[in-house]
Amino acid sequence: MPELVPMPKLGFDMAEGTLVRKVKKDGETINKGDVIAEIETDKATVEVESPAAGVVKGWMVEEGQPVPVGAVMAVIGAADEVVDLAALRGSASPAPAAPAPAPIVVSRDDQAQNGGSAPETKAPAPAPAAAPVEAAPTGGSDAPASPIARKMATEAGVDIRQIPGTGPGGRITKKDVETYLAAPHPAAAAPVSAPAALPVSAPAAARPAPAPIVVSRDDQEVPLTRMRQTIARRMTESKQTVPQFYINSEVDMEAAMNLRKQLNALVSEDQKLSVNDFIIKAAALALREFPNLNASFAGDKVVRKGHVNIGNAVAIEGGLLTVVVKDADQKSVAQIAAEMKAMVGRVRAGKVQGADIEGSTFSISNLGMFDAEHFIAIINPPEAAILATGTVKQVPVVKDGAVVPGQRLMITISADHRVTDGAEAAKFLQAVKKGLQEPLRLLL
Amino acid sequence: MPVMTIREAVSQALWEEMERDPNVIIMGEEVGMWGGTYAVTKGFYDHFGAERVRDTPISEGVIIGAAVGAAMNGLKPVAELMTINFAFLALDQIVNHAAKIRSMFGGQFEAPIVIRTTSGGGKQLGATHSQTPDVIFAHFPGLKVVAPATPADAKGLLKAAIRGRDPVLFIEHSTLYQERGEVPEGVDVLVPIGQSDIKRPGQDVTLITYSKMLQTSMKAAKQLEAEGIDVEVIDLRSLRPLDLDPVYASFKKTNRAVIVEEGWRSYGVGAEVAARIYEQCFDYLDAPIQRVAQKEVPLPYSADLEKSAIPNVNDVVAAVKAVL
Repeated sequence: MPELVPMPKLGFDMAEGTLVRKVKKDGETINKGDVIAEIETDKATVEVESPAAGVVKGWMVEEGQPVPVGAVMAVIGAADEVVDLAALRGSASPAPAAPAPAPIVVSRDDQAQNGGSAPETKAPAPAPAAAPVEAAPTGGSDAPASPIARKMATEAGVDIRQIPGTGPGGRITKKDVETYLAAPHPAAAAPVSAPAALPVSAPAAARPAPAPIVVSRDDQEVPLTRMRQTIARRMTESKQTVPQFYINSEVDMEAAMNLRKQLNALVSEDQKLSVNDFIIKAAALALREFPNLNASFAGDKVVRKGHVNIGNAVAIEGGLLTVVVKDADQKSVAQIAAEMKAMVGRVRAGKVQGADIEGSTFSISNLGMFDAEHFIAIINPPEAAILATGTVKQVPVVKDGAVVPGQRLMITISADHRVTDGAEAAKFLQAVKKGLQEPLRLLL
Repeated sequence: MPVMTIREAVSQALWEEMERDPNVIIMGEEVGMWGGTYAVTKGFYDHFGAERVRDTPISEGVIIGAAVGAAMNGLKPVAELMTINFAFLALDQIVNHAAKIRSMFGGQFEAPIVIRTTSGGGKQLGATHSQTPDVIFAHFPGLKVVAPATPADAKGLLKAAIRGRDPVLFIEHSTLYQERGEVPEGVDVLVPIGQSDIKRPGQDVTLITYSKMLQTSMKAAKQLEAEGIDVEVIDLRSLRPLDLDPVYASFKKTNRAVIVEEGWRSYGVGAEVAARIYEQCFDYLDAPIQRVAQKEVPLPYSADLEKSAIPNVNDVVAAVKAVL
């Protein structure tokens, strides 16, 4: 029996993912548990393991193609097994029968606003910026094509992406296919799987004259990654729909920095605590005290979250991810530090797991490592607040009537005015501040 | 073949059927002594008598209710409603009685009535008397809805409606009575209900329409022909049953479709036909299907405004060009 490899569901709100890379090609032998594919969700690039041992009998979808959750991506079978891929395509998979990547029809609109789910998008998925692997070859454009044009291109064995579209919005129409087929095209006879226009270095060598120096450059159009699309949509939604207000406060970090120094002297390099770990703990404890900031506005009610799960923005190429320390109020600073280290490591490696980025109830954005002193973050809906923290700065401070060196940190809360008010948010900041200024509280 | 107007064709069909079958009777407002609002039944009263050509009270519910009862008892009434706008007053009798008698009585009774009425705007009759709500009636299984656009179709379809066993809403367009055309001779020449008709063969775009908009579409097709665009025009002739086989065949050739109707766009003929094309011919689509329909307003009384709200030749030409 052939074993099907479906698009996995990584997170409650995932409806589709993009096949970024076929790690195993057609005909390759694979063991159970081997990585067969890399996929990209709204949030991350994730490896998919093979559910069985055998031979990759065929791929049902192309790289770069969005695939609904549960749809078959590949088929694995025994070496001598004959698998009717065409039949599988016809029945099991919503993917098109043609090798040419079809526009995907998943188009539930962004109506699922409850829970701030990150919904699917119907835009063609470009190669992922965050992917640790080479991008999928994108032959021509991902311009839309009419169904009859697709059908004709498939029947003619032509990769439709090679055909220029002249219809509305660049749509490839029947006429375009006819024109293309009528013209002489050596490439048309080539197998459709051949990447169309990969930049190749060899022909460049044949060019005699060096290129002129480019002084000014053309505008570049950078297609949005799924992550970029998600960020764009959610941040716009936040700014447009959430009445946000902002309060900042300065924290004396001297005691916290001293304590951190002492603690870090006791532990090995990989167990060291960061300033951020203290901030997470301080915020988590303050949220227990002010549950209204650990909440979501839900139309006719405010939902105060039972868990205190702190999301931490982590910058990556082309965007950011929020890794979540679950129940941070109940974990030690050391535990928080260990979890953060592990999750950030996975983010950087592009191997983040679904659980790493789910369930956040309150977020922290720390730009201290980039010397930011003070900034304002945008709330990540449906959360009610986000804390922005800068760098711990050495500054002259007045202490007992004398100017002495001090260490200061600016923290800024952005809060949803539908949920909370200035006084409450300010008191919350005081509680965070108290935790950081009397850091032994964080170790209790 | 003799050439006649739609008025004459309808009148002839009624006359011939009444001569052929003594059970065929006519009833409605002013159909008798006056000869019909659109003069379709002129002379019938004198020839067939008051028993078979009955003037009724001004009550649509009574007209259709009595017709249904008569039909259940063996007559073949052709009931006339002055305009389809007044059919709303008889909606219960039409959609709950006529359309359902056979299935609700397990076939023991039938209501083979023909309701002749007029639809469409363009005569400055105001918002309530100028509507084209044909699709509302086509929504109900059990009721056939026929709307011819040529004299030959009008005659053949009306005869088929009278001879059939189903209740039929027979919609004549109030501005088409003077439309002329050839009509084949013969008392038994029928046009079967539920067959679309290719009124103009073409290669480039499939245009689907019916009733008055057939004339508008044919003019548009002629204009487009001068520009080298070859439009195939298909006349639905009946909205229920809806025969789209010729449409699918045409669309598989042209890959493009425009649907033209006089009624409003929302939930209209265009919506239904387009949906079915999408369902049946998805792989043959080359462009999104275009719909031409009435502006979504109560039809204005002002002549200029009324004209601008009803689809015209330019609207059709533009829609055809939009799919090319």
